[in-house]
Amino acid sequence: MRLVLPNPGLEDRIFSHEDLERMEKEEAEDRPKWDNKAQYILTCVGFCIGIGNVWRFPYLCQSHGGGAFLIPYLILLVLEGMPLLLLEFAIGQRLRKGSVGVWRAISPYLTGVGIASMLVSLLIGLYYNTLIAWILWYFFNSFQDPLPWAQCPLNENRTEFVSECQRSTTVDYYFYRVTLNSSPSIAESGGLQWQMVLCLLAAWTVICICYIRGISTSGKAVYVTAILPYIVLAIFLIRGLTLKGSLTGLKYLFTPDVDELMNPQTWLDAGAQVFYAFSIAWGGLISFSSYNPVHNNCMQDAVILSVITGLTSIYAATVTYTIIGFRATQKYENCISENIMTLLNAFHLPEDSITTSNYDTALNHLNSSSPDIILGLDFKTCDMQKLLSEGVEGTGLAFIVFTEAIINMPGSPVWSVLFFIMLLCLGISTLFGNIEGVVVPLRDLNVLPKKWPQEALTGVTCAVAFVITLLFAQHSGIYWVTLFDNFAGSVPLLTIGLFEMIAVAYIYGIDRFNEDIKFMIGHKPSIFWQISWTFISPIIILVILVFYVVTQAQKELTYLVWDPDSDKFPSLASVPYPSWINAVIFLLAGVPSLTVPLYALWRLVIVTCKKKKKRVKKSSNYLNFH
Amino acid sequence: MLDKILFLLCLASALADERCMPDTPHGFQVRLSIKTALGDEAYVWNENEMFLFRASLAFAMRNHMNGQQFEVSNIIVCNETMRVSFWFIVTSPLDTSQLIDQENVEAAIRQSRNRINSAFLLTDKTLEFVDILPTLATLYTHPTPPWLIVFGVVMGAVSAGIIIMLVSSVVQKKRKTNRKPQDEDDDEETRVKTVENGDAHDGIHNMSFSEDERFTKM
Repeated sequence: MRLVLPNPGLEDRIFSHEDLERMEKEEAEDRPKWDNKAQYILTCVGFCIGIGNVWRFPYLCQSHGGGAFLIPYLILLVLEGMPLLLLEFAIGQRLRKGSVGVWRAISPYLTGVGIASMLVSLLIGLYYNTLIAWILWYFFNSFQDPLPWAQCPLNENRTEFVSECQRSTTVDYYFYRVTLNSSPSIAESGGLQWQMVLCLLAAWTVICICYIRGISTSGKAVYVTAILPYIVLAIFLIRGLTLKGSLTGLKYLFTPDVDELMNPQTWLDAGAQVFYAFSIAWGGLISFSSYNPVHNNCMQDAVILSVITGLTSIYAATVTYTIIGFRATQKYENCISENIMTLLNAFHLPEDSITTSNYDTALNHLNSSSPDIILGLDFKTCDMQKLLSEGVEGTGLAFIVFTEAIINMPGSPVWSVLFFIMLLCLGISTLFGNIEGVVVPLRDLNVLPKKWPQEALTGVTCAVAFVITLLFAQHSGIYWVTLFDNFAGSVPLLTIGLFEMIAVAYIYGIDRFNEDIKFMIGHKPSIFWQISWTFISPIIILVILVFYVVTQAQKELTYLVWDPDSDKFPSLASVPYPSWINAVIFLLAGVPSLTVPLYALWRLVIVTCKKKKKRVKKSSNYLNFH
Repeated sequence: MLDKILFLLCLASALADERCMPDTPHGFQVRLSIKTALGDEAYVWNENEMFLFRASLAFAMRNHMNGQQFEVSNIIVCNETMRVSFWFIVTSPLDTSQLIDQENVEAAIRQSRNRINSAFLLTDKTLEFVDILPTLATLYTHPTPPWLIVFGVVMGAVSAGIIIMLVSSVVQKKRKTNRKPQDEDDDEETRVKTVENGDAHDGIHNMSFSEDERFTKM
């Protein structure tokens, strides 16, 4: 017998295998169902493949040793990602409830895990949809030629561009000033940016209609949102490979640096990326697999999904870096041309005398013959490595690097529309899982009445969420989004994932779980899965969690601001957070993580109070009887 | 007499040449980047092109200072380099010893910049008048921002979709409730029948017995 904590009454709370067989035959369940297996797989693929695959994984891959990063990534995919996936799929399919229902069925003390999942899904969904709103804004603005971020606006004299745009670049100005109108600090809210409010409204309305009848509408929408990104990535791959400089980018991405494997940070980042990429602990996967038929082969699904996620990450990274290589080459060549022009103008040489190939020799020759003139000239430093590595992560990749590359491609509006539609599809399909992880627990917890139709549930959730996300439509909105991204989506997910594994392995019982899987798919999970669930995956998550918390606690809390008055402009300045941010961080990261133990404690208190009352009543009844 | 006139002319031209020099306070430096602008179709810079330049500059001066008949000879060029850059100054047509001041020259060039550029198939960047900032073209502003149009289309489509979904679900529910009274009537009839034939059915369906089982569980 393996270690299992005592869990009385478990059989009463869950369906037995015979009940499940009967329900399957009679189709007596009133839960929604997938129309076909393809819808289910596409929904899960869409959920797992999100914007992070485009703008987080390529950066990690390149900064942690290129091709060598694939080794820790794939190892942790198999050791950490796949077992967690199968765990969530199997438990949802077996217990046939949403995330709150599943944990409540395993043990009422564990309802906190479901509540924490819901809170995390809600917080992540709020800022994720803000990103969708920004993508929508760029999408709406892509239907014009020339693209609005290709030119700076003029100042009053019409002699120069606006100073802020002149000192930085057109794309920076368009993102930080025209789109967001960012204030210089998180404390200055500066009022609402009405264009952003409209885009947020559009974003929440689109989600609302796609999910209006639950999975019966979202299941149809995923045919587009899950497949279109792959097509667009293929188009961009072909276009990217024909651009000059794409191979430079690919070389930069994949050149392996085996020394990076010795760096523990590489393994930590790989582990964290696998964990977040699979959208584990959001509660959506459990919900989705609970709509499956009982005998669906969830083990096969877990393996398929892991393979697809891994391959898609590499595919997206390839496409991304062809475009990054193109942009870096363009900028480098412009830089060299400017330096050549400076030399030509200073020495009155004919235009063709210095080209990119003989630039260095010519410079040396002129430096030796007239060094004083050379010293007086203003040369720009053209560093290809720096150009390849700047701004390639997060929003910077999509809204600055890519938009800049697109304006240099012939036929820019087409590429812009394609790119932002791809990002939209990636984001919306992730949001389906997100909203599932919020609406279903709210209904199970009776926060939203069970009698309401699905349309009302979706509508109310979207409306309330829209009002809350107006926080991100302020001028300081981008700093709030970054705050949420750093704190709501990191520690709580790891804690919940850890609790999930412990709950299934040690409270539900790994033996019972094996029997369930044998009942569902016909054979017991192999020893690999069992060891992963009981030891390997929990330890990996614990290590990542501890290291993450330790490094965060040691770092000073700073954030990057767009401040035209700072010295570092046009680079983002690093500024410390105000002190009241600590309270916000506690709300974002602490409350969901602490929900699990706090709920268990609260329930313990209530149960002991009830028992005391019962004892008092019994003894008083006894007395009355006598 | 002739000697004197010749001498004065030489003096005048000599004086004019001396006044035109690099960093002169009365003129400007011009830089042409023909190969950058035109690539393979670049023309060679020769005396004829220089003549065209002087003529177009005279044209610009005439446009700006109405009434004064500037000629090609009023535009004096010096310090031509291989880069294709040179300095020029402008003399007054009424008195060749007088130079037109920088502000007037700058204003004239600004006014006719487009015409000068197109005479040479060049742009503001490739035909550079050093220290004269070009007047940048204003960006085309659309009467309605295009993004608002796309936003309207998307929101309209989505709102229409939502309304259609809600209406169809309401209609479906109404159909169900219309069917239900019919089903309920059927149920009532069967129940009435079972009540009438109650004795015959008792042995087969013992619902009451199975219900008791639940209550007596201790």
